[in-house]
Amino acid sequence: MSCRTSTADPVPRADAAFLAAYEQLEQRDAMAPSWLVALRRAGNAHFGELGFPTTEDEEWRFTNVAPIAALPTHSAVKRDVGFDELERFTFGQMPVHRLVFVDGCFSSKLSSPDLGNEALEIYSLKIAMLSGVDWVRKHLGKYARTDENAFVALNTSMLEDGAAIRIKSKQRITLPIHLLFVSTSDQAGATSHPRVLILAERGCDAHILESYESLTEGSTLTNAVTEIAMEEESRLEHCRLQQESTKSYHVGTVQAHQSRSSNLVTHSISMGAKIARVNINPVLNAEGCECVMNGLYVVDGDQLVDHHTAIHHAKPRCNSHEFYHGILDGKAQGVFNGKIFVRPEAQKTDAKQTNRNLLLSDEASIQTKPQLEIFADDVKCTHGATVGQLQEEAVFYLRARGIGKEAARRMLVHAFASDIINRISIEPVRAELDQIMFDLFEREPGE
Amino acid sequence: MLEIKNLHAEVEGKKILKGLNLSIQPGEVHAIMGPNGSGKSTLAQVLAGRNEYDVTEGEVIYNGLDLLEMEPESRARSGVFLAFQYPVEIPGVNSTYFLKAAFNEVRKHRGEPELDALDFLSLVKEKMKVLELPQSLLNRPVNEGFSGGEKKRNEIFQMAVLEPKLAILDETDSGLDIDALRLVAEGVNKLKRPDNSQLIITHYQRLLDYIVPDFVHVLYDGKIIKTGGKLLALDLEERGYDWLLEDYRAQCLNGHPSLAGAK
Ligand SMILES: Nc1ncnc2c1ncn2[C@@H]1O[C@H](COP(=O)(O)OP(=O)(O)OP(=O)(O)O)[C@@H](O)[C@H]1O
Ligand SMILES: [Mg+2]
Repeated sequence: MSCRTSTADPVPRADAAFLAAYEQLEQRDAMAPSWLVALRRAGNAHFGELGFPTTEDEEWRFTNVAPIAALPTHSAVKRDVGFDELERFTFGQMPVHRLVFVDGCFSSKLSSPDLGNEALEIYSLKIAMLSGVDWVRKHLGKYARTDENAFVALNTSMLEDGAAIRIKSKQRITLPIHLLFVSTSDQAGATSHPRVLILAERGCDAHILESYESLTEGSTLTNAVTEIAMEEESRLEHCRLQQESTKSYHVGTVQAHQSRSSNLVTHSISMGAKIARVNINPVLNAEGCECVMNGLYVVDGDQLVDHHTAIHHAKPRCNSHEFYHGILDGKAQGVFNGKIFVRPEAQKTDAKQTNRNLLLSDEASIQTKPQLEIFADDVKCTHGATVGQLQEEAVFYLRARGIGKEAARRMLVHAFASDIINRISIEPVRAELDQIMFDLFEREPGE
Repeated sequence: MLEIKNLHAEVEGKKILKGLNLSIQPGEVHAIMGPNGSGKSTLAQVLAGRNEYDVTEGEVIYNGLDLLEMEPESRARSGVFLAFQYPVEIPGVNSTYFLKAAFNEVRKHRGEPELDALDFLSLVKEKMKVLELPQSLLNRPVNEGFSGGEKKRNEIFQMAVLEPKLAILDETDSGLDIDALRLVAEGVNKLKRPDNSQLIITHYQRLLDYIVPDFVHVLYDGKIIKTGGKLLALDLEERGYDWLLEDYRAQCLNGHPSLAGAK
């Protein structure tokens, strides 16, 4: 073993491996159209400037991403995944339009045949970019800004694959569209940067599921970005489920842009990963928009889960309603930061935010913070956060009817989770998620 | 059925029940009346097993069992039922699911087989009709968003399903409209059997027109200061409590406060 003592070498940046990965992609992907090259390059430049955030950064005060920065980032070694391996995943057997991504790469073999129809265009993003689909080119990278969030910049610099979905004008898509992202690697640092673009055209109505899963236990990194563009009067329900292995790292950003009288419902359910950070940022950019944001985080052990949501009320007469519940056990840490910006123009805004947390152990903790910045005077904004144990009055009510103490407690913890799950409109999705919560909290030990 | 002897209870150091005696035989209906804050709900909660209330003295024997030693769920399983004055809303817990769990706990305790979902549902539907509760309530979380009257009727509906031996109704009549009051009373009367008893806490004679009590007790300052027949309730309705309280205070001064105690 050799040991160099040269002092001349500059200290390498903590994120050097990530910058190198970009260089490799740029060389490897000679086929990339010039607009994509430019997009990646801008992402890389911003990432270079921003670097990984530290806890000095107000937005990252409670979430130290140093373990992510230190990862030996690389693309996972290609692994053949079979259908049978997908079946055990949530929504894995549900009738849907399914796109499967293995370590970030689209797998046509595992995805539904004949994706898309007269109502709906669905592509792997890679194909859409290479074949120059015009609406993809027009919208990609227009909403998720690379100059503010290092992870968005990083994702953009590594833009290679993901999904592009266009729901055509006035179309009602009843079958959910399911994007299943599977991490397969057990190698530390195996990284994917999936990107999703959703274009909801005027007056359409659709439901989209994104789920993030692991096949093995590895310190992998998933850094996902979803951009949602909603035209006038469109309706979209977006349900994001993160249950990657508890050794992995997960960062996800959902950036939505809403036009007049559009209606967006997002659900973020985060259960997996050692460190998970989810940003959800809807911009209500025209009159009469509605946005509902539901969230549920369930963590245990030494997990950390961080939700940062930011609702921008830019125009008058928009409503936003946000309900987040957290259940924390073990030594788990939770962070919830809910920003509501109301611009001067956005009169008659109605914004409501609720974050409730249940701490099941003495060592679990939560940092919850509403952040309201209101520059209009005729608005209704309410917020509330609670942290605590189960409501004793409710426990007593159940016991007074003959239900045992432990069973009553389990029932109430499950109920606390169900309260969010029940807000999902798709019955089979609700049923599957509720079953997970039942198994987690209510099933009697040994049953 | 129930034998309460010299019961003293306090909450957060505040003495609320101060030597309460009451004896209820199978098949009897007892009414408890008394001014606000006299300790009626406290008595009900102590009997149901709420642990915020410290029992400092006295005993309660329920069908030969030391009730105060039992967990709330054991009391419920062996037939004690409290219809709460303020039923709590429980978001996320489905009403049917909750009631089926409670029902099967009671069945298990009695050594009866549990009912499956289908049989349970038909039982529940039948009981709902009696109280004219909309069936949609069954699909909603327990009490969540129920109107005041619906909450009260829901308590009696649960009672109808669980068929307790000793039912304690804490102001089930308050907040009910005239028709609902009649329905609730009919529901309660239907459940009356020679081997079960009812303890009805109320402020109003009105309910006692429907549910005719065998005894009426007046609770004041943590003690029962007067016991009579159903006519006592009519007296109280007409004359209020003042005359009783004056009598009671006079007795206290004479050092015989227990003269007016329970039978
Ligand atoms: N948890 C508690 N903490 C503090 N004080 C309490 C508590 N519960 C009851 N009390 C007090 O004990 C007294 C008796 O209350 P209780 O609810 O038993 O009265 P009540 O007879 O049922 O009255 P009402 O007719 O108004 O229902 C009241 O002064 C009340 O404020
Ligand atoms: Mg009371």
